[in-house]
This record gives sequence, structure tokens and C-alpha cells, in this order.
Amino acid sequence: MRIASLCQLLLALVLAPLLPGVINKVKAFVAGRTGPPIVQLYHDMFKLLGKGAVYSETTTSVFRFAPLAGLAAVIVALTLLPIGSVRALLAFPGDLVLLAYLLGLMRFLTVIGALDTGSSFEGMGASREVQFSALAEPVLMLTMVALARQADNLSLSGIYPAITGNTWVQAGPALAMISAALLAVSLAENARIPVDDPNTHLELTMIHEVMVLDFSGPDLAFIHYAAALKLWVFGSLLVGLCLPLRTGQALADVGAFLAGMFLFATVIGIIESTMARLRLLRVPQMLVGAGAIAIVALVLVLR
Amino acid sequence: MNTLLVVVGAGLIASGGLLALLASRWPRWATGIASGTTVLGCGLGLVPALRVLLGATGEEVRLRWSVPNGDFLVAMDALSAFFLVAIFSLCALAAIYGVEYLQTYRKHKSLGPPWFFFNMLVASMVLVVIARNAVLFLVAWEIMSLASFFLVTFEHEDEGVGRAGWTYLVATHLGTAFLLALFVLLGEGSGSMDFVGFGLAEHPVPRHASLLFVLAVVGFGTKAGFVPFHVWLPEAHPAAPSHVSAVMSGVMIKTGIYGLLRTLTFLGTPPAWWGWLLIAIGLVSGILGVLFALAQHDLKRLLAYHSVENIGIIALGVGVGLLGLSLQSAPMIVLGFGGGLLHVLNHACFKGLLFLGAGAVLHGAGTREIDHLGGLLRRMPWTGWTFLVGAAAISGLPPLNGFVSELLVYLGGLEGVRSASTSHMPILVSVVAGLALIGGLAMACFAKAFGIVFLGEPRSSKAANSHECGWCMRLPMVILAMACAAIGVLGPLMVRLLVPVIALVTGMPDEGVRATTASPCTILGAVVGASVALLLLTVGLVILRKWLLSGQTVSRTVTWDCGYAQPTPRMQYTASSFAQPLTRFFQAFLRPRISLVRPVDTFPASASLATHTDDVFREKVYSPVFRGVARVVSGLRWFQHGRVQIYVLYIALTLLALLLWKLD
Repeated sequence: MRIASLCQLLLALVLAPLLPGVINKVKAFVAGRTGPPIVQLYHDMFKLLGKGAVYSETTTSVFRFAPLAGLAAVIVALTLLPIGSVRALLAFPGDLVLLAYLLGLMRFLTVIGALDTGSSFEGMGASREVQFSALAEPVLMLTMVALARQADNLSLSGIYPAITGNTWVQAGPALAMISAALLAVSLAENARIPVDDPNTHLELTMIHEVMVLDFSGPDLAFIHYAAALKLWVFGSLLVGLCLPLRTGQALADVGAFLAGMFLFATVIGIIESTMARLRLLRVPQMLVGAGAIAIVALVLVLR
Repeated sequence: MNTLLVVVGAGLIASGGLLALLASRWPRWATGIASGTTVLGCGLGLVPALRVLLGATGEEVRLRWSVPNGDFLVAMDALSAFFLVAIFSLCALAAIYGVEYLQTYRKHKSLGPPWFFFNMLVASMVLVVIARNAVLFLVAWEIMSLASFFLVTFEHEDEGVGRAGWTYLVATHLGTAFLLALFVLLGEGSGSMDFVGFGLAEHPVPRHASLLFVLAVVGFGTKAGFVPFHVWLPEAHPAAPSHVSAVMSGVMIKTGIYGLLRTLTFLGTPPAWWGWLLIAIGLVSGILGVLFALAQHDLKRLLAYHSVENIGIIALGVGVGLLGLSLQSAPMIVLGFGGGLLHVLNHACFKGLLFLGAGAVLHGAGTREIDHLGGLLRRMPWTGWTFLVGAAAISGLPPLNGFVSELLVYLGGLEGVRSASTSHMPILVSVVAGLALIGGLAMACFAKAFGIVFLGEPRSSKAANSHECGWCMRLPMVILAMACAAIGVLGPLMVRLLVPVIALVTGMPDEGVRATTASPCTILGAVVGASVALLLLTVGLVILRKWLLSGQTVSRTVTWDCGYAQPTPRMQYTASSFAQPLTRFFQAFLRPRISLVRPVDTFPASASLATHTDDVFREKVYSPVFRGVARVVSGLRWFQHGRVQIYVLYIALTLLALLLWKLD
């Protein structure tokens, strides 16, 4: 079982950079372009790892330290995620809180890394990031609480195997609402449209990309990688909920999970192709709305 | 022997303070005596406190005392010992810090009085937590309030400081009035003012239990800083010298929590609504505390509002524990009280550290105005890095100590959500969601506090010319930062230490608590595993990057400025602009005052923007009430003529009235 858990961690580490590739491919397809290859991010990261680095004179060690510790935090977060019925490497009651706080640590590091440059652009991005994440965090926690109550378990590795096709028959509306709220949180936390536009690099509208403007070389590669892993974390939370195929065979489960992740990336790609970015003032409303949906779901679960 | 040692330690500290007052003319001596005795007394007391926490007994010490109903009765149990550990550790460090910090004031102020009051504050806090007689407790409580009042008004020349001092004095005495009522009612049942007789377990019907609980919440909550009784806190804490702010915020307000927990041991099994009330107070304090902190521009004021927030988290823990007591859910009891208590210690560590750091900033740069600072990490590396540890810890980020205690409270709430009946669900769900919101906002606030003060370029010449503090100030900060990290990785051990304290507060048997802590200990063990993995991975990545960059060109240049030719440090994001999206989103609660002079015409002459966030409760609740009181009371002014004859007449009339009253 431990081996299987370790394998799924390796799977995440190896395959996560595919997700942005799939998203971009879907967007290109919808727009009628060829688009970059699915493995583009691997190329980018490989190229960046081989380059030197340029640091701003304003920055301190905080700037150098932040991307590394941020990547470490998201990798540890990955060890808490179960795939299908395969338990996570690290599972205990309340691990969902640790997961949320590890992502919080990663965000804190990114934000202070951005503030270290003294650039007003990066300060702006950091300011928006903390606002949206402060509002997204309770929503994430509410969805997790609803799932915990539904499964009568406080560990992600206990909650997810308990969700089956049968659970959907019994509590379909609640699970659907939880998924919707979780999707909204995923879009906000991963800097996707309609919250943030990952394609714009130098406009006042963006959040994540502007915070990492001054990173270069291996640091930038680590940041891209960490962002892909974070997308993988939220993807697995959603896929485990929406595609509860539990055959009991590890290989089949993992296959279904990977198909689900592909679908997740496709859905994000379609959302990004069909929607415009929201006005910044509307984003908190979207998150509060997601919170309201999560509360309704919770009421349904408690009923 | 144990209690006696603590009493001797407190006596040593108090007499050191007196000597310092007598030696006021020789500042060097006053400083040396006062801080030396404090460190010595704290060391002397810390040993028995730890021993009692580990299972030794603290005997009762009764001295002759000729006060009606009063008795100099002190004793030490696990609850006292736990708070003593926090008090002794932080006060000793603050005393060391104060040696250097107060040097700045030597030129124009006598150092005797501040040291005298500091030592009295420390000694009275010790007495508060070991007193076992209500009169002695109230006397110690009053000394504590007065000593801290004089410390708050240390720089009384400043107008704001005077106002802060008076607010504090009025608030703390209003709180004490409720305590007086509480103890009179408690003593009425047993006929004695000793705590031993207060236990309502012997009186089968806790007649006024709920009334007593409310009195305790208001009375002790005023000291602790529960919203809406917190108004004095953001005024008083920033006004005091920084090492005193650290002590006040780190441990003095915790005596309110101590008093509340001590009262709970008298009151028997709580009804569910007590838990609801404390959780509600905790949520309001936590969320409003951090929101007001976000809107502040003054570093110490920001930290003071964070004390309100953290007291809220402690109240959440205690509330979950109380709800667990009434639902008879052992995990909720242990997790709630355990989380709340551990947060008391944790908050003493990181808030002490942060206030000392803010003091070092004030000392080195000469301003607490966040928007005038910047780039201090290069100039003050020790202060900066320890401040970063404190900031991460207070935001509850793993692997530091704040996460451990918050996780316990989370687990208590989650356990309730999993197992409790639907009727308690609203409050338990709001514990979890509220903690998440508080956590997210606290992270935003400390990203701002650390990022704007220590990172980027200096925003003023003061910040540019700032200097690092000396070793007397550095050492306490380094020790506290190490404590934050140590408690973070020693989580399971800390929970085991708390077993007797939880057992004492809840009345559960020791074994029962110990058995229930097995699960949180395993959980915290797993968290430690994750923390170690985190550290190892980070180290691995550092090595990896070093290897990747070896042989490559690593160059330094300016921050990317979008091609703008003349960026200045004033173009950086400021604390106000950083927090602006959040403060605007929550403006219904914060009600900031904004005065904006827009640039007009083609060649605008001047433009300005100023925002100020007052405390809503102060402006909208207390000020009108106190104005009303003042109006009513001034109507009685005709009563006072200043003529002695009339006063003699009053006395005679009063005597006559009393005689007539006693006649029949």
C-alpha cells in the first residue's frame, strides 16, 4: 500500500506539468489555432533550469528562499492527497487543515517574495492575491467540512474512498454544489480565468504572473513547477469527488483518475476559452457566492 | 517548597523594583538591580512551576494578613503553573531587552519609576495566578492594573498617551467592578473568600451559575480584550515601552483567560449556551481584531489588534471545550481546551517576539509608521529574520507553533461537526470557517507588516539610516524565535504537558484526559513528520539550485520597472495600498475615514489622501455612552460648593439618616 502511495506521489510530480499543456491545447483548439505542444512546460522548465539567474539589487535572501520553500510546501501537500482508494502517503484525521495551511505557506512565501522586489507591480499582485485567498480559504474549508460530515471522517484518505457512485445517488445535489464551490476555489487559487489571466504578463489586471515578474532561471522553473503541482492538488480534490470510480484495483483506479485529471484540464480550458476575466471588484462576489453554495451544500448534508 | 519558591521569587522581583525606585538617581544601578532581580526571580520561580506542571504538588502557603475576609493564601496547581511558565519566561526576556531599550530615555527621564512599575507588574501577575483568596486576588489584580497603567503613561508628554492611559484605567476598573460582584456572589455561598469554598460542586444547585459565568466573561474578558470590551487594548499597548507591550500583550491579558478558566472550575457542568457564547465572542474578536489590524498604519497598534484576534482564537478553543463538556464529548473537551491553552503559550512567544521586534524597529528607525519604513531587513537582519519567524507563526503557518494550537482548535471543531447533533452545527461550522477566514486575513496582515517594513526600498530617510540593536535586545528575540520553532516541532510533547491542566479545568480524571490526548498526539506526530519533510525538501532544493547555478552567470540589476526611467522608493506599494482591497471589501465593519483632495486643473497644485480607521466600538458605542454619563453627572455639580461648612452639614445629615434608619 505504501508503495502505491509513493507511486501516486511520483505520478503527480512527473505528470503535473502536463495540465497547463492540456489547458493551452484546448484553448488553442477552441480558437482554431494549433497551439504549443502539450509538453511545452517541460521544455520551458528544462530551458530555465539550464540558465543563469538575474536578481534585483533590492532583493534579499527572502527572495531567493521563497520559491524553494514554496515548492517544498506544495510537494508536502501532495503527500496528503489520496488517489481513488489508494491512501495518501501521510494520512491522519485533520490532514485537510494541514493541506490548506501548506498551500497558505506557499502563498505567504510567494507574497513576501514579491514584496521583496519593491516593485509596485508586484506589490499590487501580492495585495490582490492575499485578498482573494483570504476569501477563498473559508470556502475551501467549508467544502471540506461538508465532505467530512458526509463521509463521517476527518482525513482526506478516509473521506475520498468513502465517496462512491452510490453516494452520488444518495446526496447528489449536495455533492454537485460542493464540486461547484470547489471549482470556483480552484480557479481563484490557481490564477485562472475568470479570476486571473495567466496569459497576460504586464498588465495591471493580473495577480499571479505579476508577483513572479522578477524571478528568472531555475527560480522561475521552480515557480512554474510549483504552480502546476498546485493545480494538480486542486484537480485531484475535484476529480476524486466528481469521478468516484472505485473498482478496487489500484491500476484501474489510477487510470480512471488520470482520465479525470485530463477532463479537469479540458474543462478549465473550455472555461478559459468561453469566459472573459471578471472585473477585480466582482471576484470577491464570486468567492462569497461560492461560499454560499458551500453552506447550502452543508445544510443538505446535515439534513 | 514549590509554592514558597515562587513567592520568594515574586518577593525578590518586587523588592528589586523598590530598590530601583530608591536608586532612581543612578540610572545604571536602577536598571541593573531591577532587571537583575527580575531575571533571578523568574529563574527561581520557573523551576518549581515546571516541576508542578510535570506532576509535583505545590503546597498551600498561608501568611498572617489583617485584612477583613482576606487571607494571604497562595498555592500552585497545574493551571497556575502553566501560566507561571509563560509569565516567568517572557518577563525575564523582556527585562533583559528593557536594559538596552530604556537607555534611549536616559537623557530626559528617570529610569527608576518605569523599572519599579515593571517589577511590580511582574510580581503582581505572579501573585494573581497563585492567589487562592478572593481579596488577595483582587488586590494583586489591582496592583497589576495600576502598575501597567503607569507603564502605559510612561511617555505621558504625548497627548495620545495620556488618552490611552485614561481609557485603560477606566476600562480595567469597570472590568474589576464585575469581578467584585462575581467574588461577592461566589463568597456568599460558602461564607469565606477562599477559593476552596467556591466550588459549587458542594452546593447541589448552582443557583447563579449562569449569572456568575456572564460576570466572569465581562470582568475577565475586559482584561483579556474580548470584543466589545477590547477598546482599551489598541490604545494602551502601543503607548507603553515595547518590552512592556510585549509583557502586557504576551502574558498580562492572559491573566484574564486564567481568571475565566479558574472561575469555570467553580461553576460545575456548563450548559451548552456558555460554549455558544464564548465561541461567538471568539469569532467576533478574531475576525474584527484581524480586520482592524489590517487597516492600521502603526506597527504597534497593528500588533495590539492582533492580540484581540489571538484572544479570539483562545476563546474559540475554550468555547469548543465548554460545548464538549456540555455534550460530554471527550475529544472536543481535550482538543478545545488543549488548543486554547497551548495558544496562550504560543501567543506569549510570538506576540512577545513581534512586540520586541517592533520595539527594535522603533529603536533603530525612530518611527512606528509602517508607510515610512521599508528595506529594514538589510539594515537590521537579526530583527528582520526573527520578526519573519514571528509573523509566520502568528499567521498559523506550519511548521511553527501557531499552526499546532490552531490545528487543535480546528480538530475540536471538526470533531464536533462530525459527531455532534444538528442543533449545534451552526456554531461548530462557524468555528472551522471562522478560523479559516481569520487565518487567511492574518496571513494577509503579516505579509503586509513584514513585507512593507522589512522588504523593498526604504520609504524615508529614517528607514534608510536605521541601525540594528545591540545584543541585549537581540538575544530575547532570538530565544523567542527559537521557542516558536521548537514548540512547532514538539507539538506532541506540549500536549502531554497540558494533560494535568486540562484535567484540572474540566474536572475529568487525569487518565481520561491522557487517553483522549493519544489521538491528537499521533496527529501532531504526523505533522512533525510533514514539517521535517518540508525542511529537508527545502534544504535539498537549495542545494539543487546551488548546483544548477554553479558555472552560470548570476548577475544583479534593478528591479524590473517596465521601462520607467526614474522610479523612486515612494512609488512602492505601501501598507495602506496593500490592505486597501480588503479594507474596502469590509468597509461596512471598519468604517474608515477618508479625506481626499483630488488633483484638479491641468497643472494640479496639490493633492492628498489620508485614511484613518477608528475603532468602531469606541466611536459608536462607548463615546456616546460616556458622553451621556458625563452629562448626567455634571447635573449633580450643584451638590459641590467647595465650602467646608456645607460638607459638614452633609456629614451630619448622613449620620442622622443612618441613625433614623437603625432606630426601628
